[in-house]
Amino acid sequence: MGRINVSGRYLNRRDVVAQLLERRNDALVVTGLGAPSYDVMAAGDHDNNFYLWGAMGGAAMVGLGLALSQPDRTVLVITGDGEQLMGMGGLATIGVAKPDNLIITVLNNEHYGETGMQRSHAGRGVDLVAVAKACGFAGSRRIKDEAKLKELCADLNECAGPLYAEIMIKTDEPERVLPPRDGVFVKNRFRHALGFPPI
Amino acid sequence: MAASEQAKLMSNRQSSPAKNGGWQQDIYGALKRTGVEIIAYVPDAAHAAAIDAANEDPEMHAVSCTTEEEGIAICAGSHLGGKRAALLMQSSGVGNCINMLSLIRMCRFPLLVLVTMRGEWAEFNPWQSPMGLVVEKSLGLMGVQCFRAELASEVFTQLAAAAESAFAGDQACALILGQRLIGRKTWVE
Repeated sequence: MGRINVSGRYLNRRDVVAQLLERRNDALVVTGLGAPSYDVMAAGDHDNNFYLWGAMGGAAMVGLGLALSQPDRTVLVITGDGEQLMGMGGLATIGVAKPDNLIITVLNNEHYGETGMQRSHAGRGVDLVAVAKACGFAGSRRIKDEAKLKELCADLNECAGPLYAEIMIKTDEPERVLPPRDGVFVKNRFRHALGFPPI
Repeated sequence: MAASEQAKLMSNRQSSPAKNGGWQQDIYGALKRTGVEIIAYVPDAAHAAAIDAANEDPEMHAVSCTTEEEGIAICAGSHLGGKRAALLMQSSGVGNCINMLSLIRMCRFPLLVLVTMRGEWAEFNPWQSPMGLVVEKSLGLMGVQCFRAELASEVFTQLAAAAESAFAGDQACALILGQRLIGRKTWVE
């Protein structure tokens, strides 16, 4: 089974993430393991980035816990289609909890990039935008072009969540830009930036 | 044994008098007093009083999860944002959490889990036993320290100990509420 959307249609993942983060203001960012973590690091390290290197399926749920504990800040989860598929039940949990400050962005290249570009369920007809909608998200949209991406960027700090935004990206694999792998360091740095001391 | 006789036998099984004793009603207040503001849960009958109280309390975020591993990640995110969280589950949910516990261990997140036991004492349903009998071993393998309560008089001492180790000591802690403490499940009314 060949790779689809290698080039041409859809957006460039690094450009997408750079544009999203340009508009982050004081948003708190959680990244799913693999390429989304590299994309966010490539856009510039930040004390309020929390990078996952494992715990597949957990990014949106870390985002939910963060959104509930920091209700005045926008929480932006940036993950991939494979990672979100592993935590699909979490979309139901978010739909019920309804945090209005949580935005789940899924960079959808329809493949498992980190493991050799096997086609994912999202590339075989499973529609996560429809799933999020059915789960009760306040908004759920698919973004395939620059114009819609700009609308999302404009909405980052204003829209009432929970919002699900799936951004269609090419399957290219840009150079890895590795965020720190020391979880205790990243956690303490993140909390310090919010004013919480270490134990 | 004929099915009808077995049903009759089961109908004679009584819940332990301790089942609805005070501790199940008091767990919620004890969690609140430790500063917990977010309770994630997958329901179990023995957690029912705490879950109801959490959902009725406007000051509490009660988060119903589709699977227990969601709750592990929610607890991690809560701590990142500066709030204390607890996770309520039944013993069968422990296995669902295994890989997600790497998140807790790698980042040394505090974790407070309350596990109500099945499959270990006067269990009618053998399907509960494979997971129930390895709950503490499984948690231990993933770096979670277990505190056990077998008697109602132990519950709150053990809960306070687990909460202090978790929130003051940044440790991953589980309070195991034994099946003998909870009492027999009544299968046929």
